[in-house]
Amino acid sequence: MVSLVFLQRELRLLARQKADWLNPILFFIIVLSLFPLGVGPEPNMLRIIAPGVIWIAALLSVLLAAERLFKDDYRNGVIEQLVAGRQSLLPFVLAKTFANWLSTGLPLLVLSPVVALLLGLGQAELGAMALTLLLGTPLLSLLSVLGSALTMAADKGGILLALLILPLYIPLLIFASSAIEAASMGLGYQGQLAILLAMLLLALALVPMAVTSALRINVS
Amino acid sequence: MQGQDLSCIRQDRVLFAQLSLQLHRGQLLQIQGKNGAGKSSLLRILAGLAQPDDGLLYYKAKPLAHSLPAYCGNLCYIGHQSGIHEQLTALENLGFWRAASGLNPADDWALLAQLGLAGLEDVPCRMLSAGQQRRVSLARLWLTPAVIWILDEPFTALDQAAIGLLQQHMLDHLNNGGAIILTTHQSLTLQFQSLVQLELAYRW
Repeated sequence: MVSLVFLQRELRLLARQKADWLNPILFFIIVLSLFPLGVGPEPNMLRIIAPGVIWIAALLSVLLAAERLFKDDYRNGVIEQLVAGRQSLLPFVLAKTFANWLSTGLPLLVLSPVVALLLGLGQAELGAMALTLLLGTPLLSLLSVLGSALTMAADKGGILLALLILPLYIPLLIFASSAIEAASMGLGYQGQLAILLAMLLLALALVPMAVTSALRINVS
Repeated sequence: MQGQDLSCIRQDRVLFAQLSLQLHRGQLLQIQGKNGAGKSSLLRILAGLAQPDDGLLYYKAKPLAHSLPAYCGNLCYIGHQSGIHEQLTALENLGFWRAASGLNPADDWALLAQLGLAGLEDVPCRMLSAGQQRRVSLARLWLTPAVIWILDEPFTALDQAAIGLLQQHMLDHLNNGGAIILTTHQSLTLQFQSLVQLELAYRW
């Protein structure tokens, strides 16, 4: 109930501050469309680099959206007053995370057929890419919410945020791109998906608590 | 609630030491002091946001560490910053705080009209003046079920009419058994029978 009101608030804010979620999506598309121009349109070459390129572009675009997640609410005192009240901090964090996934992760998933077209991917790779994005983008959102909560009080937190959370993205990058690669060679990739799912579930259980503590530390 | 021997040190400067205070139902505690005397730091400690460098807080005769959830659930803290998002309208901000304090959604139009914000309910708060934003922020005091209010400079940017309205509301709250801690540089214009004043001296 409380979470629903909070989620509605986040979505309303996103609707009013379109640059916050449009920039990362545009960045994702632009980076991916530049690759065929940069490395040449040779289909075999593109197919080889596609898994890594897709996931690196996804990581960086999510990172772009992460910095401002808590900034406004920190500056105008919303977080301080929520921490003082305590009981509604967790729903607030969950609403933030879900809204972040809806505005940055879901669009990447929706765009995946376009990406497949840009990079000349086949049916099997497209399926693998969509599945890894489905499991991986919620994990990206969780981690970026964590990084953002830790750095919200820092004046220019951008670089610090990247240093903090990019290393955490690496396992995801390795397993997700390896799944797409396996699919392109006609191999099974359930193993990689299972690991992605395990990482997502672990993060889902632990990250919200870590974020509430981070918010609490930052205002005290 | 009660504080005993509180101390706060900021950047090698002792703001206050051995400070003791008590607050009972129906009491208004006004904290006075020069800029930088440590009023806001004291309020943040009393709100449980910061830890005192020394001393203990008690709530209903138990140490605060043991009764923190009960205390925080009974507390409405409005600090320096307004706690309202500029991109949201007054109604949306109030709806958010309603949900945050565990209240059911309700109609806030009448309340906003009472606070002199009629016609501005669905304008994003960044379009409002500083005083109007402060009114939106303080509107929470009309909805909260909390018993203890901690207010940091609530009268800033408000006009005389709004200050009168707020003081009247504070008086009603005290008469209903609530307790208020506030800092202000202005003197209170209404007569509060249970007013306790605490002067923080500026120390080097």
